Amino acid sequence: MDDVANADVVLITGSNITENHPVLSAALKRAVRHGRPDGHRARLIVADPRKVGISRHATIWMRPTPGTDVAWINGMAHVILRENLHDAAYVAERTEGLEALRDSVASFTPEYVAAVTGIPAEQVEAAARLYASGRALIYYCMGMTQHVSGTDNVKALANLAMLCGNIGRVGGGLNPLRGQNNVQGACDMGGLPDKLPGYRNAADASARQSVENAWGTVLPDTPGMTSRAMFHAMETGAMRALYLVGENPMVSHANLAHAEACFDALEFLVVQDIFLTETAMRADVVLPSACFAEKDGTFTNTERRVQRVRKAVEAPGEARADWEIILDLANRMAAGWRYDAPEDVMREIARVTPSYAGITYARLEQEGLHWPCPDAGHGGTPILHAEGFLRGRGLFHAVDFVPPAELPDAEYPFILTTGRVLYQYHTGTMTRKSRGLAAREGACFVEMAREDARDLGVADGGMVRVASRRGEIVVAVRVSPKAMPGTVFIPFHFAEAAANRLTSDAADPVAGISEFKVCAVRIAPATADSE
Amino acid sequence: MSNTLTLNGAVCTFTPGETILDVARRNHVDIPTLCHLKDTVPTGACRMCLVEVKGARALVASCAAPAGPGMEIETESQRVVRSRKMNLELLLASGSHDCLLCPASGDCTLQALAFRYGAGGTRFARRRPAHAPDASNPFLIRDFSKCILCGRCVQACKEVQVNGAIDYGYRGAATKIVTRNDLPLGQSDCVFCGECLQVCPVGAIALADARKKPRQCDMTAVRSTCAYCGVGCQVDLHVRDNVVHMVTGADAAPNHGSLCVKGRFGYEFIRSPERLTAPLVRRDGELVPATWEEALDVVAERLGQVKAQHGADAVGVLTSARCTNEENYLIQKFARAVVGTNNVDHCARL
Repeated sequence: MDDVANADVVLITGSNITENHPVLSAALKRAVRHGRPDGHRARLIVADPRKVGISRHATIWMRPTPGTDVAWINGMAHVILRENLHDAAYVAERTEGLEALRDSVASFTPEYVAAVTGIPAEQVEAAARLYASGRALIYYCMGMTQHVSGTDNVKALANLAMLCGNIGRVGGGLNPLRGQNNVQGACDMGGLPDKLPGYRNAADASARQSVENAWGTVLPDTPGMTSRAMFHAMETGAMRALYLVGENPMVSHANLAHAEACFDALEFLVVQDIFLTETAMRADVVLPSACFAEKDGTFTNTERRVQRVRKAVEAPGEARADWEIILDLANRMAAGWRYDAPEDVMREIARVTPSYAGITYARLEQEGLHWPCPDAGHGGTPILHAEGFLRGRGLFHAVDFVPPAELPDAEYPFILTTGRVLYQYHTGTMTRKSRGLAAREGACFVEMAREDARDLGVADGGMVRVASRRGEIVVAVRVSPKAMPGTVFIPFHFAEAAANRLTSDAADPVAGISEFKVCAVRIAPATADSE
Repeated sequence: MSNTLTLNGAVCTFTPGETILDVARRNHVDIPTLCHLKDTVPTGACRMCLVEVKGARALVASCAAPAGPGMEIETESQRVVRSRKMNLELLLASGSHDCLLCPASGDCTLQALAFRYGAGGTRFARRRPAHAPDASNPFLIRDFSKCILCGRCVQACKEVQVNGAIDYGYRGAATKIVTRNDLPLGQSDCVFCGECLQVCPVGAIALADARKKPRQCDMTAVRSTCAYCGVGCQVDLHVRDNVVHMVTGADAAPNHGSLCVKGRFGYEFIRSPERLTAPLVRRDGELVPATWEEALDVVAERLGQVKAQHGADAVGVLTSARCTNEENYLIQKFARAVVGTNNVDHCARL
């Protein structure tokens, strides 16, 4: 994260960084406003439909219509290639597929991009020139990935980064911002249907063999289901039992009415959590867990830095750490596991996971280590692909613009996009218990542009009914200069007015991520007679 | 001439660009400071770091003065000590520096320096506070009667967090740290990251409920990692009697001391009365408390039944991006090795 100071240009898109990753945003703002001691300063390009806080610091702020990202990204690549601004030596030496990229972006002229995205043609050109003017770093977040075109969005950004030689370089890179403390670690540890610990393919017999040897067991060779596929299987009856840890899909899933039907169809649901969440209330068994301050372990942050979590206080009542619960359950099911403490588990992780092989609690005592850390003498890897791409050469992917699954129409004329606010976090199970945070931001709202509020005849603070094809909620209006006319924003923290009653569960075909960022809604004043 | 100087008689080398204070700290010579804030532009406001440089007419602010070749520096000469003591007496007279009632007592730089230099705060008449305290928000109290105008909070807000919510306002004896239009903090541009709270060297910025908590010096700090977003800020959880009373940012990568409002103030959930404290099992449609034995037996039995009747792939496991690596590892191992299915995923997609 300190590397942001070394960038000449930073492109940030689909991330409301000042509210969702505030401490990283401070580093970015320092890089832009104050720069390094030697006077080097970064210039900032922001692409976001909302006038998010970081746009104040931008040299260029582009405002695309939600869901049109591939178009402006391809448009920037188009301009860079047209004006020969790319890093030809890097492209020749370290990548392949440039001609396919050239063909795929040929039609994305700035004029075409302007027509699709609403970004003025000259702004796309200026952004492309600025991006190509030096070492450039990209940050992106769920505003890129929570679309039916999410994978394409990221591929398009990767094209841009490789085109200008920005992968594997100090001050460069393509950096996803992880929304939760240990998304990175959950993935690293094999919390994915197709991946064993360390991202080895579950479908690969030799990868399975090495884990089987370590565990002394036989691993299933049938492909697993993503959480999205699991919900579908719950509905059809193919999945009968679900064991769910530390997640609240009854607030966080897209299209809650559908999620509700899926849970209703389950035969047996176990929820392991620190609170009786909306999801836990539906469980057959609820297991109380310890929170982060009540246990030892490690989290891996968004930059792959493995860091210690330390027990500071005892868990309340009979609550137990998640690792103790699962250990006890596994042994009840004849697993014969023996771990006395989380450190024992880390020793096994290091044995089984090549990228964590050199990580021990002793080495994490003072500060974290970036994986890959293949042995005890290795100092960790802050920058990936520095010596070359994992697959050999970086491959350009031709990606085309695909519009969102649901667009506004006469009946549902507004685009709804969802996200978080500074003072709350996710489904609010933790932050809403804090009186201070609740006092700052305690209830749901719909953020809209002044002209939209005027056309609807609603005032700031007035209650409106927001409805989509899937559900409706009643929320207060917040008139804000952040909102783009025609697009409204609702935070998803608040169960009693859950934004995800409205959202669409149309999903990216590759990643299975739902399109939380675009669906069509209609809005009307919530008067007594409309009740 | 080579890049050496003498510090209290000892020869030290320096790199051009280092200040006298940098050289002293590197050589474990303790020059006291009140306003100096790491990684910001030195202001030289507090005059505590004054040192005597041979040949210089006046005492020199070591935080701002570049180290020079051949300098002969005394950091605790009689002249320096006299100046610091006078300075401290003036600061102590500037407001209500009453340690008995101050939440910062024990962690206060002014208190520590008054002790070190024997400044009793009795030399000058104490000034009456010019501004009323600001308690307009649920997180912080600004008590201007304790503010020594060192400006660390302003620098933290402007240069570290780059929020620019506060600055110096008014003039002379009425000088005050203000928000835009001197609004109360709760109505200002402040986003309550609490960087100012953490850098305040005295008790002018305190936790809103500080009087209901032990003082910081009476708590034990436990280093950990924040559990909110993916940045992974290093935190110190300040604990006493099995309660986390306060969270501060640790001076380590990636956050180097900074936190956000959630990380710093969003810890009340830990001891929320709504926490789950016993396993619950559904009986006759109601979730009722059960023992761990009972609850885990039900889980083991029902999962076993589903597996026996419908196959292992009729079971799904959703692990958690909120849990530790060790827990995620065990949970996916449970799915694969104990249940026998690859149906394991988590909420990365939300």
